[in-house]
Amino acid sequence: MSLISADHVCVRFGDEEVLHDISLKVDPGEIVTILGPNGSGKSTLLRALLGIVPVAEGRVARAEGLKIGYVPQRLMIDRTLPITVRRFLSLPHRVGDDAAEDALVRVGMAGQGAKQMTTLSGGQLQRVLLARALLGRPQLLMLDEPTSGLDQPGEASFYRLIEEVRRETGAAVLMISHDLHVVMAASDRVICLNGHICCEGTPRVVSNAPEYRALFGLGTQGALALYRHEHDHDHGDGHPHHHHHHEHDHA
Amino acid sequence: MLDDFLVRAALAAVGLSLATGPLGSFVVWRRMAYFGDATAHAAVLGVALALATDLPIGLGTLTVALAMAITVAGLSARGWAMDTTLGVLAHSALAFGLVAVSFFPTVRTDLSAYLFGDILAVSRPELGLVWLGSLAVLALLAWRWQSLLTATLSEDLAHAAGINPDRERLVLVVALALVVAVALKIVGALLIAAMLIIPAATARSFARTPEAMAGAAIAIGAASGIGGLGLSLWQDTPAGPSIIVVAATLFALASTLRRG
Repeated sequence: MSLISADHVCVRFGDEEVLHDISLKVDPGEIVTILGPNGSGKSTLLRALLGIVPVAEGRVARAEGLKIGYVPQRLMIDRTLPITVRRFLSLPHRVGDDAAEDALVRVGMAGQGAKQMTTLSGGQLQRVLLARALLGRPQLLMLDEPTSGLDQPGEASFYRLIEEVRRETGAAVLMISHDLHVVMAASDRVICLNGHICCEGTPRVVSNAPEYRALFGLGTQGALALYRHEHDHDHGDGHPHHHHHHEHDHA
Repeated sequence: MLDDFLVRAALAAVGLSLATGPLGSFVVWRRMAYFGDATAHAAVLGVALALATDLPIGLGTLTVALAMAITVAGLSARGWAMDTTLGVLAHSALAFGLVAVSFFPTVRTDLSAYLFGDILAVSRPELGLVWLGSLAVLALLAWRWQSLLTATLSEDLAHAAGINPDRERLVLVVALALVVAVALKIVGALLIAAMLIIPAATARSFARTPEAMAGAAIAIGAASGIGGLGLSLWQDTPAGPSIIVVAATLFALASTLRRG
């Protein structure tokens, strides 16, 4: 049974229909990525699945007692609110010092518990948010552009971390990205969104879909061209993409 | 001991701080200062209402403050321009309250007691009410603490954890109305918001966790209360404003020390 599913979901802001007829599901243990250009409704979709944004039509169903670990795109902490990393990890459920430190070690933030949240860099904040999400022992991790504040090496290592977490805990992952290159390699399934679901499937299927190529306007210099080139010649060395550096031409 | 009016006044100030420390911290974190003003000013209207209906003053202020707080919270949830809306509501509530109270000649002479408090005249039953109300607010906040804090940090994170941010906002609104009803006698309608914000802002200077800030705000509020009473006795100044003067001085000191 699916962990979470959307059944013909529409979301409207006033008269504007932001999401149209979305049906999707996430099964245990899979990594699903939602791809789409800016303004395509990616974040809104995630927020609708979380129940933050009301659904105008259709319905969202969650497995009973589903534990979700949510990592928002950003977290603005008011400077008037003093809070250490350690204290933040105990929200909303208090955790022991050992568990907190384990989680920090897991995300590469060992010994940083005493730092103030407001002093963290973008990458450190993402890692702390992930640590906090992991402490809830989620069956489903929902990540909204988790690497938007990271440079490219940071990005690659963040996705490796996500894969490790999936392997260790068996948690499914539903994440948003507009970064084709790394995400394609790290996903089991890709959903291509632009107000509606344009196409969906394994990275290979989606990358060949005409809707997808039209949406991202990929030419011969596109990231996807690189990706597909690589993919077609990928004989399973496992890390086909990391030595490539290219401009992102999709945003 | 309770026979001494000064002891009662000091105890009332300390009791009030138990509520204003933690609640004031939330007011600062969530930028609800004007919200506190609107609720406090509505209390004057509550006084008039209580006089007109022969109900206890405390009940009247609590009712009107609660109504005002819920109205404002509802408007803000619907995305009104809060700065303007709160400005309109806060000052009209005060103006309507003052006009309404003027229909009761006996109160008219004693109006400053409602605007600036009358802590030196706190009776035993009133002292009991202050402590009861403050402890109720403290217990309410302690009970909801984790959820309130999560919702304050991020409504999205709260939602994802199954916490309803609207419900947590309502908890704060109820707590605020209670504090207004309790504090009216002590610092008066005009300075309740100051009692909420200044000790919490002072505590921010040296706190590293939310709990430390709330605790320090209690201590600073209590010290301001006792210091303000001292100032009032020494210089024969009005007690309510004197309390805020001491609080503001502590704030300035803390800010300077932090920078120095």
